[in-house]
Amino acid sequence: MARIDPYAIYSLWLREMIRFFRLKSRVVGSLAPPFFFLAILGMGFRSTMVVPEGVDYIDFLAPGIIGMTLLFSATVGGLSMLWDREFGFLREIMVAPVSRLSIVLGRTAGGVTTAVMQGVIILVPGILMGLKITGPGGFLLSLVFMVLIATTFNSLGLAFASRMKDMSGFSLIMNFMVFPVFLLSGALFPVENLPPWLRILSYLDPLTYGVDGLRASLVGVSAFPLVLDLAVLAAGCAGSLALGAYLFEISDVE
Amino acid sequence: MNGAAIAASGLTMRFDGFTAVDKVDLHIEKGELFGLLGPNGAGKSTIIKMLTTMIRPTDGSALVWGHDIGRERDAVRSSIGVVFQDPSVDSQLTGRENLDFHGRMYGMDARMRQKRIEDVLDLVDLTDKADVLLEDYSGGMQRRLEIARGLMHHPDVLFLDEPTLGLDAQTRRYIWEYIQNMNRSEGVTVVITTHYMEEADYLCDRVAIIDRGRIVALDSPKNLKDLIGADIVVLEVGDGHLDDLAGVLSDFDWVISAEASENAVALSVDHGESRIPEIVLTASRAGVKIRSVSMHEPTLEDVFLEFTGKKMRDAETGGGGKLMAVQSRMRARRH
Repeated sequence: MARIDPYAIYSLWLREMIRFFRLKSRVVGSLAPPFFFLAILGMGFRSTMVVPEGVDYIDFLAPGIIGMTLLFSATVGGLSMLWDREFGFLREIMVAPVSRLSIVLGRTAGGVTTAVMQGVIILVPGILMGLKITGPGGFLLSLVFMVLIATTFNSLGLAFASRMKDMSGFSLIMNFMVFPVFLLSGALFPVENLPPWLRILSYLDPLTYGVDGLRASLVGVSAFPLVLDLAVLAAGCAGSLALGAYLFEISDVE
Repeated sequence: MNGAAIAASGLTMRFDGFTAVDKVDLHIEKGELFGLLGPNGAGKSTIIKMLTTMIRPTDGSALVWGHDIGRERDAVRSSIGVVFQDPSVDSQLTGRENLDFHGRMYGMDARMRQKRIEDVLDLVDLTDKADVLLEDYSGGMQRRLEIARGLMHHPDVLFLDEPTLGLDAQTRRYIWEYIQNMNRSEGVTVVITTHYMEEADYLCDRVAIIDRGRIVALDSPKNLKDLIGADIVVLEVGDGHLDDLAGVLSDFDWVISAEASENAVALSVDHGESRIPEIVLTASRAGVKIRSVSMHEPTLEDVFLEFTGKKMRDAETGGGGKLMAVQSRMRARRH
């Protein structure tokens, strides 16, 4: 069992926070894509999209866009590690007497915090566009889902990045991963609209359960039982963290 | 604790068929300022990477402060500080934030961090730059901050991989001073790699000369130079038969050795200053036009030449890759 060093995790997390808020352009830039998705898709598909009876499309879409924001943050987390490798700071991290598991946890914690902040901020334009949230309890539950989704994909991003030497290869892989995961998750339309053979892939996609859980907690509509959403996501979260820690442990810095 | 700061035996690193480090044995005492001297590509950095747990050796083993580099990686990491050859700072953080991050990673509490940050910043004269972003530091300042950071957690052994590479002469002097200071005042064992002769000569208690992954000589700079013994007299010449001249000169019984290169003849001579007139006379009799005569006491460069049969500059195996390295080696061997 690998040791967990809370101090080191905190240190890595704090560094991400300082860096994130120091670059104002990054804060603003990271909010732009979800905002446009929400605003433009929300208005464009309002009348034509087939969603469950009695549900406004904005109520359906907003949790999906939050899920998308959390998913895309995985790429940012992986890239920041490749960036550290490029500029040498990774060596400073790797030569410290800190378990590799703690390094993965610390980096993930930083990525998850910024991702969840962005997810919450996206609620604001959502509410302005007519999103109706069930209540404070639902909001708190949605935070749990946001953390689980962000953790799953951030540690997957780190796992891939630890095997990659350069950024272009990483971007290539992430594009082939991120877009199918996003589009199959039912973030933009109900999974039931897909043909049965494609639906199978949706059911294998962890984000499907994340988006469904966000819908259940925020607007009270869902395709699966809440417990199933939670269980699948928690398992995905643990699995990807373990994978990230393992790949980190066996990787040399040079 | 008894024993050496570093004890390596048979340390070997092979990269697909190419042996970068070849069965190196090393014994470094506690408190020593120890140098690994050799041309680029000789394997110095690879030795450091193995000793600092950044890569695992293909073969052999080593103890750093009593901990095995293969089995007790975290214990090794706790005992050492490392200043890498390439920059390893976060340029978006200030100097203080970089040090603060480092302190936390090594489990130092807030009070200790604060005190140590003041101490080490003072040691490298960066107190007034503490709250400046690293991206606004000059190369020399960054290097000093990295040295400060390497020291911050009171390591038992500090590794410095080419600490003055690419710095101007004045900054290099300053950094030498910092290194000597901390070796003396903090009692930390220092292992430094360099390809600057004068750096190894000036700083180190003992120097290992590395060539092609092997230690070819190991002693104090003074003892190494005493091995050469005599003075070196170099004749720079315009034209003429240098090989013949070298032959004639080496017939004198006071000439220990004479070697001709492209446009110079280097002689190893006892009491060189009293022999210069005779050397010049001999050269003009042989019809060789002398441009200049210089004499120096032996340097580590001469030691390197003695042990490897080539100048350090010629032994360098820059970024051209391994094939070039092999080729230049074959050429060197043929000559």
